[in-house]
Amino acid sequence: MSAVTESVRIASHGNAFTRSVRDSLVVAKRNLIRMMRIPEVVIFGLIQPIMFVVLFSYVFGGSLDVGGSTSPQVYREFLMAGIFAQTVTFATAGAGAGIAEDMHKGLIDRFRSLPMARGAVLTGRTLADMVQTALTLLVLAIVALLVGWRTHTSVGEVLGAFGLLLLTGYAFTWIGAVIGLSVRTPEAATSGGLVWLFPVTFVSNAFVDSSNMTPWLRHIADWNPFSATVQACRELFGNPGVSTSDAWPMQHAVWASVIYSVLIIAIFRTLAVRKYRSAAA
Amino acid sequence: MPGAIQAEGLVKTFGDVKALDGVDLEVPEGTVLGLLGPNGAGKTTTVRCLTTLLRPDSGRAVVAGIDVLKDPDAVRRSIGLSGQFAAVDEYLTGRENLQMVGQLYQMKAKAARARADELLEQFHLADAADRTAKTYSGGMRRRLDLAAALVVSPPVMFMDEPTTGLDPRNRQQLWEVIKDLVSGGTTLLLTTQYLEEADHLAHDIAVVDHGKVIAQGTSDQLKARTGGERVEVVVHEREHIRTAAALLDKYSLRGLGQGDTTVEEHMRKITTPVSGGAKLLAEIIRELDTEGIEIDDIGLRRPTLDDVFLSLTGHAAESELSDEEAAK
Repeated sequence: MSAVTESVRIASHGNAFTRSVRDSLVVAKRNLIRMMRIPEVVIFGLIQPIMFVVLFSYVFGGSLDVGGSTSPQVYREFLMAGIFAQTVTFATAGAGAGIAEDMHKGLIDRFRSLPMARGAVLTGRTLADMVQTALTLLVLAIVALLVGWRTHTSVGEVLGAFGLLLLTGYAFTWIGAVIGLSVRTPEAATSGGLVWLFPVTFVSNAFVDSSNMTPWLRHIADWNPFSATVQACRELFGNPGVSTSDAWPMQHAVWASVIYSVLIIAIFRTLAVRKYRSAAA
Repeated sequence: MPGAIQAEGLVKTFGDVKALDGVDLEVPEGTVLGLLGPNGAGKTTTVRCLTTLLRPDSGRAVVAGIDVLKDPDAVRRSIGLSGQFAAVDEYLTGRENLQMVGQLYQMKAKAARARADELLEQFHLADAADRTAKTYSGGMRRRLDLAAALVVSPPVMFMDEPTTGLDPRNRQQLWEVIKDLVSGGTTLLLTTQYLEEADHLAHDIAVVDHGKVIAQGTSDQLKARTGGERVEVVVHEREHIRTAAALLDKYSLRGLGQGDTTVEEHMRKITTPVSGGAKLLAEIIRELDTEGIEIDDIGLRRPTLDDVFLSLTGHAAESELSDEEAAK
């Protein structure tokens, strides 16, 4: 049984952590190759946020009151942090659908029969989704600049905002992973991955000033993890409409955004890996 | 040396359905066990338990000397699994698929690539190595899936219905590949619902029904349990039936508990259990000729595994339920 001893020897090279990182990167590479070979997925993923930028800027711009101003230019600058944040959370659906498809096609069975790190299939997928999200943000930022969005802070702060957006998106893809492992078909994962995101992203400060909402709704919006990221981005971009609410996440938005993301990752990664270990196609 | 695969009393329940009801198996090293049974009998569930994909409710299993429940990760290093759905990534090329699997078996990238090339050559996929698996035919995908299971030349292999859905030519090809593999010393557990396939590939056959192994033995042993050969004669003239039956009855083995000579009047067919093979057949033909009995057909019929299954279970080897459906 030389093959056994051989593979044991190979496996004992690294500790569990390096093995996990390495396996995750192998799976991430696989998912990135897939994305390049199915570019329509990436392209459709871009069309939706671009459409939102254009529609919200020109349809809502000028009629919505942001910090006492109804100028379309002010609304556009206000809007962009919201659109960026909404876009990164929509990666949830892609992650869920991808994982559900792998289950459906029997690939998860194959992976689970291999001596690889248990969380690597999911980590690889979420990492690949983060790369796609970064690409989407880049294109979206260019479109935003074209319609008149500007930042008024240092390069470091602007990059910090994009870092927070990526972290938020990464956290949300773990929710997608749980959804993908819980449904029977990729189609269900797509709709199941999107449907709850509408209330989460609309009952927030993303598109309107939450101080105009009825008090109970405003409370939800102020404590919504998604709002923390939007608020943090507005601060870091120097864009108008920063909420003056005294809710803790609004007062300490950058920290709140980081803490929320870490919590979401901790909870949903644990759930997802547990589901994966007992997954059955 | 203990068996390369041993299972004792595996039980797995899904809701109300007892998918496995105490499965016992033993596969000696270097041999092939065919797990034979209708859909829903528990074949796939057994494989899933032995390959660490599913945790049995109770029972014990040892694969390649390693306890499946205690050290599943070590088991995964020693097995290859090829499922019934050809689990390859269709947007990756053949080479990329195999390289990825190699790396996930913890091989270095370069070694994984070299191994991928070797396997592509061996499985006649070298020409298609850089095409995405999406463009492959069904047979090619199966071969790629099988190659993926062989990346580390595991000492123990599991194949879950490897040829289901393949056309006869591709099935034949895959059989050759499997035979080569086994002649190299690999222990193989193969599930199939094709009796012919088990007969062809397996040293030993375990017949599974309702989550239990109801018989195990070589193909010949199982056939012997069902009864030996039979001679079937179809006479041309209806009035010759009686004479021919009397003649055939002389050769009957009914004294050995093998059943009587039977006559199917409407088909002018007489069947009698015999032993003696082709030589006997020639003798019977001569006697019938001497008696002036004209025959339409005569043949020596050996029991197929279909007969075996029928006599063991009381129903034919078909069922509308799949494992998955039964599991719901």
